[in-house]
Amino acid sequence: MSLLEIQGLGITFGGLRAVHDVSFKVKPGEIVSVIGPNGAGKTTLFNMISGVYQPGAGKVVLSGEDVTAMSPHLLARRGMSRTFQNLQIFQGMTVLENAVSGYHLQERGPILADLLGLPSSRRRARAAEEGARALLARVGLDRAAEREAANLSYGALKRLEIARALALQPKVLLLDEPAAGCNAVETEEIDHLIAEVAASGVAILLVEHDMKMVMRISNHIVVLDHGEKIAEGDPATVSRDPAVIAAYLGTEAEHAHG
Amino acid sequence: MSELMQFLLSGATVGAVYALVALGFTIIYNASDVVNFAQGEFVMLGGMTTVFAHAAGLPLPLAALVAVVATSALGVALNKLAIEPARGAPVVSLIIITIGASIFIRGAAQLVFDKQIHRFPAFTGDDPLHILGATILPQSLWVIGGALVVFVALWLFFTRTLTGRAVLATSNNRLAAQLVGINTNWVMTLSFALSAGIGALAGVLVTPITMTSYDVGIALALKGFAAAMLGGMGNPKGALVGGILLGLLESLTAGYLSSTYKDAAAFIVILGVLFFMPQGLFGRKSTDRV
Repeated sequence: MSLLEIQGLGITFGGLRAVHDVSFKVKPGEIVSVIGPNGAGKTTLFNMISGVYQPGAGKVVLSGEDVTAMSPHLLARRGMSRTFQNLQIFQGMTVLENAVSGYHLQERGPILADLLGLPSSRRRARAAEEGARALLARVGLDRAAEREAANLSYGALKRLEIARALALQPKVLLLDEPAAGCNAVETEEIDHLIAEVAASGVAILLVEHDMKMVMRISNHIVVLDHGEKIAEGDPATVSRDPAVIAAYLGTEAEHAHG
Repeated sequence: MSELMQFLLSGATVGAVYALVALGFTIIYNASDVVNFAQGEFVMLGGMTTVFAHAAGLPLPLAALVAVVATSALGVALNKLAIEPARGAPVVSLIIITIGASIFIRGAAQLVFDKQIHRFPAFTGDDPLHILGATILPQSLWVIGGALVVFVALWLFFTRTLTGRAVLATSNNRLAAQLVGINTNWVMTLSFALSAGIGALAGVLVTPITMTSYDVGIALALKGFAAAMLGGMGNPKGALVGGILLGLLESLTAGYLSSTYKDAAAFIVILGVLFFMPQGLFGRKSTDRV
């Protein structure tokens, strides 16, 4: 039973066919990567799945429910969470506040209790903060908790975004280039983190340029070129596929094997 | 001495009104970075609706309640009909839309109500109270008290409640707010409703002192804006302090210089703030990252 099902998704921008008829499935605990050359439509595909763009054609089905073009806040409530290639962080807040914001849905309680500062309200706030601190430790940002997010490096912000996405306790996690801007050590840490999250039963959909990472952690790879799916399968199959090599991997194919 | 005291008391009263207008600015600004120039019209509607509902036979408290609720509903309509359809437009365009809305509301008020100057009786009589040789109207205490209560309520709302923090998160980054499950459309609707309601409340409180007519909104919006700028846009504490300071400044200018220059005080404040401390007294410096 697949958790997330993409059926014939497509969109055009003023005559340009950015994504056309893309279908695939993601099962719980599975890591599915979407790869393709720059401009192949990966981020556009992500934006359609996560409700940022309205698809022109096709359907997105989450846990059996049609969630096509549903707005991001409703998707978040249904267990879909994502990160962005170009970061969507609350810049004016501290690192901890950003992570706590991920607990928004779980922390909700009667507004009167909040206004009066009742114990129940403070308990909820404390639980959110403890959860957030634990997540920050998990992505290696615990020591930066009190710093203003705007002052963090790009790589650190990427990890903060992952922590916030995890705070929602998603069923499906969409990661748009999580390792971009990270050094080798950080990339490996993110590697482990993703594998760990997947092992806990979360379905992961990944866009990533680091081919070594993709080949190492993916269960399944979907290859896009010019907005169309040209191949899919396990890493070994995809990296041997002539169409993929021609379109994208080129000389990097050997690199990936090596 | 008693002269100074008199200026301070009347300044505090006017300042409390500016503070209420500035607090209204604060909410919408916090949710959307938009400065809503129709805020003064909300104050006018609060006063005018109460006048007409009272004249139609409703008891004063009920008329005031009707005014606040009706104005909140109009705030929601403003958001739904004018602001939401223009989502994605630059903030400057949205601000211009609010200026257009304020002209529209003023025009409609002339038709629906009239062009006369109105007032209704003070809540607790017109016998002045004596404080340190100066006098103050009981209604002034209502105005000052109202500003303080609204300030405390808003401060608690923004710092303690999840909804209040959702408003702040929405202004900080709308997409990120949606990602964590915040319904940003609802946040906008709520902000306009609250803001309009607070504006109307200011109108209800102040009308027995200053009277009202369809065109009192412009001056109030400009003064409230000056107050919000002085205190630091987006900060409830700034709105309160900025409002009171501006009221005192005006009253002292009128008392010791000339009442001709009274209105100039607000504009000198705007210019001074923009030149020397654009973030105001309590505002945070904003950092943009590319």
